[in-house]
Amino acid sequence: MKCLELFLVFFKIGLFTFGGGYGMIPLVSQETVSRGWMDEDAIVRFIGVCESTPGPIAVNMATFVGSAQEGFWGALCATAGVVLPALIVMLLIAAVLKGFRENRWVRAAMSGIRPVVAGMIAATGLCVGLRCLVPGIGKSAPALDARQLVVMAALGVGALVWKKGFKRGFSPIALILFSAAVGAAVYGF
Amino acid sequence: MSRIGRLARLFGVFFKIGLFTFGGGYAMISLIEHEVGEKRRWIDMDELAEVFAIAESTPGPIAVNCATYVGHRQCGVAGGVCATLGVVLPSFIIIYVISLFFERFMALTIVAHAFKGIQAAVAFLILRAGARMVKRVPKRPVPVALCALAAALVICVNLLSWRFSTVWLILGGAAAGLLMCRAGKGGDAR
Repeated sequence: MKCLELFLVFFKIGLFTFGGGYGMIPLVSQETVSRGWMDEDAIVRFIGVCESTPGPIAVNMATFVGSAQEGFWGALCATAGVVLPALIVMLLIAAVLKGFRENRWVRAAMSGIRPVVAGMIAATGLCVGLRCLVPGIGKSAPALDARQLVVMAALGVGALVWKKGFKRGFSPIALILFSAAVGAAVYGF
Repeated sequence: MSRIGRLARLFGVFFKIGLFTFGGGYAMISLIEHEVGEKRRWIDMDELAEVFAIAESTPGPIAVNCATYVGHRQCGVAGGVCATLGVVLPSFIIIYVISLFFERFMALTIVAHAFKGIQAAVAFLILRAGARMVKRVPKRPVPVALCALAAALVICVNLLSWRFSTVWLILGGAAAGLLMCRAGKGGDAR
């Protein structure tokens, strides 16, 4: 039964994810936290892992949550759930809806969905950052984590130096590896 | 080439794409262009650009959307399924293996410390992606209001523990877009 629930929850997540993997983070948080499958910190930690491993973030997330809950079959059900809406919709578009993107209703709906997704993702980034800086914010006993300030300052300086030196921004993997080293150093002492 | 052979090749090419794409869908676009467009000419570059645009307006991971479309173009429904399986399988295997060790790995102090740093990087990456998308929001009252409202509600859900599913935000955005289109004469995103 848990496998069916995993499948259905991730089917819903797959169906309402627009604009790449980050768009799904708010929904994944809500669905998994309210069921006690994961807490918010675990989700953010795991996004770090997703950034450093190949493949779509949505698939990585589903596989991980599924596996943590129900082992291999849970991982399979959750992954199938998150992939299936995309598969079905794209097959329909490829087969029958040739003029999908020119359709004025599709364009109208997308013109409303796009700004919403942009706002959701920006706000998610802000909240994740705030929760790093002030653990427990919005819950009991919020307290500023001063070492996190040091980490963020170091990341900012690192990014600037990198940009000057290599004439381009950090790749996500480089940033994750660098931040891991900074975290280990700052929290280790 | 036999049908089975073509299906196997679709699976193989998308397996490779799935294996070498780090950091989500956008990084994958250039690899798909290279493998599917330039090298194999399964699909011409103009149509491929169209596929990426469609992938952004349909639900689900962009990589899966692209794989399904290109696979279907080559071999029908079976092709769509094979290409999708190919693109998903590498991350499924890798993440499944990681998930078996993740808890024990996290129990190491130095790893826990490293992940404190990684959380800051993740916040930055999400914020950067969000900022890029916000910049592309048309500077007109309704889209800006939708964007601000969505951001405000997500912040409330996160920090004030409001119970509100973001599914309603997506549905509300779609409804607002359709209403705008009816109200104005074809007043969509342009």
